[in-house]
Amino acid sequence: MYTQGLDQKGQANVSEIESPEQLAAFQARIDAEEKIEAKDWMPAAYRRTLIRQISQHAHSEIIGMQPEGNWLTRAPSLQRKAILLAKVQDEAGHGLYLYSAAETLGVSRDEMVQGLLDGKAKYSSIFNYPTLNWADIGAIGWLVDGAAIMNQIPLCRCSYGPYARAMIRVCKEESFHQRQGFDIMHKLCNGTDDQKAMAQDALNRWWWPSLMMFGPGDADSKHSAQSMAWKIKRFSNDELRQKFVDVTVPQAEFLGLRVPDDALVLDEESGHYRFGEIDWQEFHDVLAGNGPCNAQRMERRRSAHDDNAWVRDAARAYADKQSAKAVA
Amino acid sequence: MSKDRAEWPLYEVFIRSKSGLSHRHAGSVHAADDQMALDNARDTYTRRMEGVSLWVVRSDRIIASDPTETSAFFEPAEDKIYRHPTFYDVPEGVENL
Repeated sequence: MYTQGLDQKGQANVSEIESPEQLAAFQARIDAEEKIEAKDWMPAAYRRTLIRQISQHAHSEIIGMQPEGNWLTRAPSLQRKAILLAKVQDEAGHGLYLYSAAETLGVSRDEMVQGLLDGKAKYSSIFNYPTLNWADIGAIGWLVDGAAIMNQIPLCRCSYGPYARAMIRVCKEESFHQRQGFDIMHKLCNGTDDQKAMAQDALNRWWWPSLMMFGPGDADSKHSAQSMAWKIKRFSNDELRQKFVDVTVPQAEFLGLRVPDDALVLDEESGHYRFGEIDWQEFHDVLAGNGPCNAQRMERRRSAHDDNAWVRDAARAYADKQSAKAVA
Repeated sequence: MSKDRAEWPLYEVFIRSKSGLSHRHAGSVHAADDQMALDNARDTYTRRMEGVSLWVVRSDRIIASDPTETSAFFEPAEDKIYRHPTFYDVPEGVENL
């Protein structure tokens, strides 16, 4: 998911000339629900917005492997290990689908990865929280992937074809992720008192960061209007957050867990849950690099890149040697 | 330093989901060589039995029509509506036509 609209400053100067006619014709295609494809004409700002959003999304999938990877060797049974391994592999796959979608816009994967390694590109705030016990893996699948699905389903109808197609593939797989998370929570909640307490503890820590995944409130989300007009976004941050709360609270009740929000109440008239104020200071702190695990996540990502450089070099050398042989 | 080296080439991936159907574009992968492109495509795009056959082809080897020339390129077919069976009136009472 992870399209929080994080680094929106610095709209570069528009160098090429975009005539009002071109812009109007483009908007007309969007309004007619036509998909924009890679080689089609598009405004520079549309291209920039997509590159930023899709690459952030890809980075989030890749960094998102870390909190769960932490439990691969410690999952409580061989089957749980196998399932978690499959999920973490899916996250890598999602990152690759998304990098490949972004590449159609004329940016190379190496450039995007370098942006992440240099700390210039952002990724979702949620992955800067630690996974302290096994229940956290349940909470991530249930809440974090649940929030991701809420955000990603509308992206399957995004106006940019390659992004929309990648999202269809991602959404099919996320559904497994969410259910495996709920399954972990369900087992814990039907276990011993200690196990149920673990599940409650994980919900307590992951609930609010999950709500923050939808990004700033609509009043503070400056670029949303343009993204909506371009049909990159279909629903506002607050609308999606509300949907997530509405479907998730009854699931928590089913599990017999308490959502950690004293202000949470069902508004009978509208059918929506009203919930308490999000701590936006925490959100901005985590985005600014001051979350519990920001430094650790980046350090791990950089060392993985550097430590495995020899593999890339060796593969390249082998390919060069084979093609030299073929020519000879 | 690998940072200074050129990026692995890009390959487009096509999957036949079951025999009887044609291969369909799925996305792309980077790979150092053809065999790695096939392996990466399998790991990236067919983790759930999505295919029984894979094609990979270097992206720079694909010849594509130019989107800015789309109308001129496809226009010759536009006014030949007599190529469609619906162009013809079938008289009342005639069947199996």
